[in-house]
Parts: sequence; C-alpha cells; structure tokens
Amino acid sequence: MLNVSNLTVAYGQSEVIHGISFNAKHKETLAIMGRNGMGKSTLFKSLIGVLAARAGRVEVGDADVSGKPSYLRVAEGLAYVPQGRMIFPNLTVEENIATGLETCQDKTIPSDIYALFPVLFDMRRRKGGNLSGGQQQQLAIARALVSEPKVLLLDEPTEGIQPSIIKDIAKVLNEIKKMRDITIVVSEQVLSFALDVADRILVIEKGSLIHEENRADVNAAKISSYLAV
Amino acid sequence: MDGSSMSEMGSILAMQGFAGISLFSVLLLMALGLAIIFGQMGVINMAHGEFMAIGAYTTYLCSHLVETYMPGFQSYYFFFAVAAAFGVAFGFGYLVELGLIRFLYKRPLDTLLATWGLSLILQQVLRSTFGAREVSPVMPEWLLGSMHVTETIEIPINGLMVMGLTVFVTLGVFLLLHRSRWGLRVRATVQNRAMSGAVGINTGRVDRVTFALGCGIAGIAGAAFTTIASTGPTSGSLYIVDTFLVVVFGGAGSLLGTVASAFSIGETQSILEFFLNGSMAKVITLLAIVGILMMRPEGLVVSKVRR
Repeated sequence: MLNVSNLTVAYGQSEVIHGISFNAKHKETLAIMGRNGMGKSTLFKSLIGVLAARAGRVEVGDADVSGKPSYLRVAEGLAYVPQGRMIFPNLTVEENIATGLETCQDKTIPSDIYALFPVLFDMRRRKGGNLSGGQQQQLAIARALVSEPKVLLLDEPTEGIQPSIIKDIAKVLNEIKKMRDITIVVSEQVLSFALDVADRILVIEKGSLIHEENRADVNAAKISSYLAV
Repeated sequence: MDGSSMSEMGSILAMQGFAGISLFSVLLLMALGLAIIFGQMGVINMAHGEFMAIGAYTTYLCSHLVETYMPGFQSYYFFFAVAAAFGVAFGFGYLVELGLIRFLYKRPLDTLLATWGLSLILQQVLRSTFGAREVSPVMPEWLLGSMHVTETIEIPINGLMVMGLTVFVTLGVFLLLHRSRWGLRVRATVQNRAMSGAVGINTGRVDRVTFALGCGIAGIAGAAFTTIASTGPTSGSLYIVDTFLVVVFGGAGSLLGTVASAFSIGETQSILEFFLNGSMAKVITLLAIVGILMMRPEGLVVSKVRR
C-alpha cells in the first residue's frame, strides 16, 4: 500500500535519511523505532511532503506521490499526525476536525469519529489550544482520520503523554485497524506501545533501517538494546 | 464659546460624532482588508493604501464613462462602481500575490520593502495616468445634501451611505471568515501553513485568494472614500499609517478588535479635531494608543489560548 524506495532526505548539505526503502502492506501496521535524532520525524515529514526529498520514490497504492505538494498527497490517501500534534490552537475542536475534511465531498463531521474519541465531543466548542496534551493528540488523530486515508502516518503519538492515555491511544488504533481498511505507519520510542499495535517493527538508526522483525517472533530484548542510549 | 447654549454644544458633539463615524467607516474598510492581509496572513503590505487609490480611481473612471456614454444611468452607477472597484483591486491583488508576495512569506522585512517599492511604483503610475491633480467622480444627486434630524443637527447623506456600506462589508467578511469553508481554510493556513498542507488544504491558492480579497476590500474603501473626499495619487498613502494603527491597536487577527479600534480612533480624532486642532488631535490619539498598547501589548481583543 505504501511503497518507499531509496528515499534520501537532506537538510542543506547534511544528509539525514540515506536511501531508505520499505513497504507497508494493505491493512498492515508498521512501527518504525529509533532513538532521538535518528531521522524518524525527518522520514515522516518527507513522506507527507512537508520536507522535500532529495531522491527516491514514495507510492501510495498505485499513485506516485514523490515530488508532489502535501495537499495532493492527502488527496491520494495519505494522512499525517505530526510529532507535537500541531493542531490549530485558535480553531475550535470541531473546526480542527473539519479541516481534515478538505478532500471529502461531504463536509460534515462523521459521527463515528466522536464514538472513537468521546472526549472530543464534550470539548467540541473549545479552542484546540486549550486542550490537554493527550486530548490534543486524539484531536490530531481524529483530524487525520476523517479524510478516510488509505495510509495513516503517526509520528511519535506517545510523546509527552501520560501512560494511561498511551494505553487508550493504542486501544483506539487497534479499533481503527479492525473497523477500516487502513495501513498505519507509526514512529515510536516506547516499545510496549509498538508491541501493542504493530504487525511489524523496523528499527532506524542514523538515517538507515538496520533491523526488521515481525510482531509474532519479536525479540523484545534485542529491540530495546537498539533503543537504549 | 460665549453665545452657544448647552443644546448647541450637544448638536456640535452629535455632528462631530457623526463625522467621526464617517472617518471610522473608511478607516474600518481599509483596516478590514489589512486585518486579513496583515492580521491573518502576517504580510506587511505597505501598498495597501494604493489598492484603496486603485478603487477610488476605478470609481472615478466609472463615473466618467457613465457621464460620457450613459447620462441617464447617472443615479445608479455608484453601486456598480463599488463592485468594479472591488473587482479591479481584487484582480490586481491576485496578480501581486502571484508575482511578488508568495516568494516572501518567510521574509517579513523583505515584504515590507518590496511592498513599499510597489506602493511608490503604483503612485507614479497613477500620477502618470490620471495626472497629479485630485479628481472627484460626479456624485449621483441622491448622495448629496443632508438630512435634518433636528433644527441644529444635520447628518450628511454620503456619510450615511458610507456607513451602510461599511456595515454590509464588515458583516460579509465576518461571515466569510467564520462561517464558510473558505474561512476555515484561511484560519487554518494562517495558523500553521505546513500543517494545513498536510491536512489537504491547497495553501498556495488560499494565500492568493486571501490576499486578493484583502486588496478587494481596500478597493471598496476607495470607492467609499470618493464620496467624502477627492482622490489623488497619494490619497491611499495618507491612510496607511492610521490603518496599521487600527489593526495593531485592535489586536492582530481579531475582527471585533479591528471594529472597536477603528471606532475609538476615528471618534477620538474627529471630536478632538473640533475642540483643539488637527495635529493636537493626532498627538493625543497616538499618546493614548501608545499608553494602552503598553498595558495590552497584543491589542484590545486577544484570543485566549494557552501556550
């Protein structure tokens, strides 16, 4: 569903992602794990097109989206939940979710999104910026989901969020996987969260993928050794 | 003022107050455009005044054409002139965004210089085309004269007309920004351009239409301006400082603040002008604004969001 081949990303002269290739199959959840500064967010930013790639291809289904601006990638079925949430602080919760409907014909917020995130329904008239971190994270996921994406990109959804909410987010992701035809790619540092949601785990280090394991035969000790500082 | 009784003083206050409302109307129309361009998009558009001049000259041209070719149409042309002023300023703004502004979003100081240069160029173009002398469109007869409210109070009709136009445009802008899909796109884009692209909004097009709309509203301000004063190539630049003042004082990004601030600045100016003189009125208004901004650095109306 998501095919990435030989993706290279650089900030000016310094290359950060060195020709990464991977693919995520239809309805698969892929976790990309790695320590801080290893290129997770850079990879995700270039996948959604916020950051231009220097070389390589990104395909969603059959559509080649490399080199296209973000909004066309969204139209092809990508959706993005950035690190640090990046909700629109001065828009209400409702309006925040509505921004995600840009590529849909029907511009009314589907009710099943509030079934997934009941807290957002209670807060729907509040400004997004006045929500707590965990609520903002749910809002960012809701905003991405309403576009009915084929591939959902989640960049460190657990960053700065209390453990009980991390569990809730894992639960929601698993519900989404059951309910929809969706491929999820999530970057993560928290191993327990990755084990909760992922079908396959990739480890990124210094801009290259160095390790791959299926959830079924995962060696937790080995992966945590990659994550240890 | 020995001979004047209390009731005469009251009338003077009322009429001067109404003159303040006319000034407030033009200021507000100008500021609305700038509130969108500067308050929302963060572009310091020094050429905003020239877009107003473009609107004013468009109105003048319309009046001229009607006078020459369709004299019978004279009494109604003004409404079409307003639409034309909006259209011309909108179209020109669209081109300016396309050719200049969009390369400068990340460089605010360069925008200031570039638009200032644009403003000088436009002034010279207007001067070369229409001449340095000020021009006035022929006003339809129903716009002239005044209404007698009481024996001592007279309200000019053109002032009422400008006021009505302002209310109409303000409401329109408010509804467009806060109730329409387009407004949602604008508000999302100005808060976070990269993220708006990542939720599927074509931010380039939003920027272009937003900028053009701000310019179009300045064009309407120009059309309104022709009913209360005559138009010269530099008419717009006389208003630009006051307009920025209105937007900053009101709180960038807040329409309500812009209305309140245009009202208070327009009224203070006009009432003080009568009792003191022009420059003293300006000095006192400016001092008051500086004082208030020191206490409320983000302007009158601040949207409350935790950071």
